[in-house]
Amino acid sequence: MARPLSSLTADLPPLPDGPLRRLSDFVLRRRWLVLAVLLAPPMFWLGAVYLGALATLLAQSFFSLDEFSGLVVHEFTLSTYAQLLRPANLDVVVRTVVMAASVTVASAVIAFPIAYYAARYAHGRMKAAFYLLVMLPLWSSYLVRVYAWKLILAKEGVITWAAEATHTTGLINWLLSIPGIGGPSLSVSYIGTFIVFVYLWVPYMILPVQAALERVPASLLEASADLGAAPGRTLRSVILPLAMPGVAAGSIFTFSLTLGDYIAPQIVGPSTLFIGQVVYIQQGTAGNIPLAAAFSVVPIVIMAVYLAIVRRMGAFDAH
Amino acid sequence: MTEPAVSFAGVSRHFGTIRAVDGVDLEIAPGEFFAMLGPSGSGKTTCLRLIAGFDQPTDGSIRIFGEAVEGVPPYRRAVNTVFQDYALFPHMSVADNVAYGLMVRGVGKRARREKAEEMLSLVKLSGFGDRKPAQLSGGQRQRVALARALINAPKVVLLDEPLGALDLKLREEMQVELRTLHRQLGLTFVFVTHDQGEALSMADRVAVFNDGRIVQVGTPTEIYEQPRTRFVADFVGSSNVIEAALLSTLGVSARGAASLRPERIRICASVVEVPEGWLSLSATVADVLYQGAVRRVVTQLAGGGRIAVSDAAHGAVSVAPGAQAILAFEPAALHWLEQA
Repeated sequence: MARPLSSLTADLPPLPDGPLRRLSDFVLRRRWLVLAVLLAPPMFWLGAVYLGALATLLAQSFFSLDEFSGLVVHEFTLSTYAQLLRPANLDVVVRTVVMAASVTVASAVIAFPIAYYAARYAHGRMKAAFYLLVMLPLWSSYLVRVYAWKLILAKEGVITWAAEATHTTGLINWLLSIPGIGGPSLSVSYIGTFIVFVYLWVPYMILPVQAALERVPASLLEASADLGAAPGRTLRSVILPLAMPGVAAGSIFTFSLTLGDYIAPQIVGPSTLFIGQVVYIQQGTAGNIPLAAAFSVVPIVIMAVYLAIVRRMGAFDAH
Repeated sequence: MTEPAVSFAGVSRHFGTIRAVDGVDLEIAPGEFFAMLGPSGSGKTTCLRLIAGFDQPTDGSIRIFGEAVEGVPPYRRAVNTVFQDYALFPHMSVADNVAYGLMVRGVGKRARREKAEEMLSLVKLSGFGDRKPAQLSGGQRQRVALARALINAPKVVLLDEPLGALDLKLREEMQVELRTLHRQLGLTFVFVTHDQGEALSMADRVAVFNDGRIVQVGTPTEIYEQPRTRFVADFVGSSNVIEAALLSTLGVSARGAASLRPERIRICASVVEVPEGWLSLSATVADVLYQGAVRRVVTQLAGGGRIAVSDAAHGAVSVAPGAQAILAFEPAALHWLEQA
C-alpha cells in the first residue's frame, strides 16, 4: 500500500490574516459596494465634467449675441440657429462632412489590406513590427507631423521634386486642375488637406479592423473555399461582413476626428473654413460664443445620426 | 475493379523537420464509411486537409475518383468538409449557411431556400432556417454543418472529429444518425477521430495512424481482433501486451510479444477452477473499477507489469485491492504482434 504523503498534511502554515484581508471579506459580501467604488470616479468625471460642459455648451447655443454691444444676451432664442442655416455657414458644414466622409472611406480602403496582412499572415517579429509601424507616428507631436506634410506637399517640396524626376508632373498638374478640389499647389488644395487627414487618422482605422479580422477563425475561410467559393467570393461574403464591426468602429474615429479638427485644415489647404475653425474663430476672435456653441452642436448631431445608422447596420452586435 | 474514391500514393507532408504525414499509401472505396483513427498529432487530420485541398503534400500524389488533384484549390474539388468547430458563418442565418454552396454556384434565391429547407429536414432541423448559428445548441450546429456539407452533393464527405465537442448522449445519437445518413445517401464518408470506440462502431474500414504513418488498415473486427503492432493493440481497446519472456515461463513457445484482450481473461478463485488447457498467471489485484455493466480489474504481476481484466460485473468472483487472483485465458486468445 502507498504511504500517505505526510508533507502534504503537516507543516502547512496557515493563510495570513490582516486588516486588508478582513477589508476584502467585508467588501466582497457587499456587491453593490464594489460596484460603487469602481464606478464612482468615472461617473463623476463623465456626469459632472463631461456632460456638464456639453450641457452648458448646448445652453449657450440658445442665447444670442447683441450685434452692437458685442455682449451675449442671456435670453432663449433660436436666432443663432437661424444664423447657422445661412448659405455661407451651411457651406462650412457640407464641406466638413464631405471631407470627413471621404477621409473615412479612404482610410478604410487603405487600412483593410494592412489589417488583413497583420491579422492573417504576420506572426512574432512581423506582428511586433506591424504594431510599431502603425503606432510610431502617434509618438511624435501632431503639429510637427502636420507641418512636415506642409513641406512635403509644398510647390518646392519633395513631391514636386519626385514628380519632376520621374516626369509625372503632368499627373500632379492634372490633379490640381480638377475644379473644386484642386489649387495652385498640393499644400493649398483640398487634396492636400485630404492627404493629411488620411495620414493622421488611418492608424485609428487599422487597429479596430485588424482586431475584427483577428477574431475571424481561419476555418471560416476554409469552409467558404470548401463549399466552392473562390477567394473573391470569400472576401465579399465572409471576410468583409465580419470585418464590418471593425470598420464601423474605425470610421467613428476617422469621421469624428476629421469633423472636429481645426488645426490641420488651417496649415494645409485653401483658406476656406471647416467647422472646427469656425468654432475657434467665433469663440476666440469674434467673441460670438452662442454661434460657436451652435456650430459645435453640428458634429454632435451628425455623430449621433451616424452612430444610429451604424448601429442599425448591426456593427455593434458581437459575433 | 472500380476507381477508388480517394487514393494516396506515397503521400508526405513535412512542416520543416516535422513529418506530419510520412509516406502514406491508402485507397478508399466509393461509398465506404472510412475512419482515420489515431492519437492527436498522428497525421490523420493533415491527411483529411490534404484531401480537402487546404494543404498540399510535399511529396506523393492524391487522386479523387481517379483525378490527380495536385495544385487543385479547395473550391474546385468535389469534396465537402464538416469542420471540428463546425465553422458556421456567424453573420448568416442557418438557411443561408446551408445554402452557401448553392449561392456560390449562382442558384436563385427561391430554389436555394427550398433546397436548404429540404437539407434541414434531412438532419431533423426543419423550421430552424431563420435562426442564427449562435442561437443553436452544439448538437444543432453540428447538424447544420452536416447539411451545409451535403447540399453540394459532394463525391466525398470529410468529417473532422465531428462529434468531438458533443456530450456522450448526443454523440451516441449522432453516431447512429451519421450511419443512417451514410446508408441513405450512398456517399463516401471519410471520418477523422481519436476515439477508437467511435471508429470501430461506425466505420466500414479503419486506418490506424501513428507518427504520420498508417500502422494498420482493416475492418473494425480485424483491427480489434488482430492488431498488427503493439501500438494498435494498445491504442485500440487498450489491450494487454504480454512479453515473450513471461510467455516462455508459461510453457508457450513465444514468437515475440502477444496481445491479450482484457475481456478474454477470466478471474478464478483458485488454480483448481482454471479450465482444462487454459493458461494461468498469479497476480495481485491493484484496483477494481466498477463501470456498470462491466468491471475492470487492474492486476500487478509479481515480476512487474500490469494486466487489466474486463469481465461482467454481475456474478463474477469478487475481488478486492490487495487480494491474490488467478488470471486464466485460452492460448488461442493470444495474438502475436509484429516487432515494430
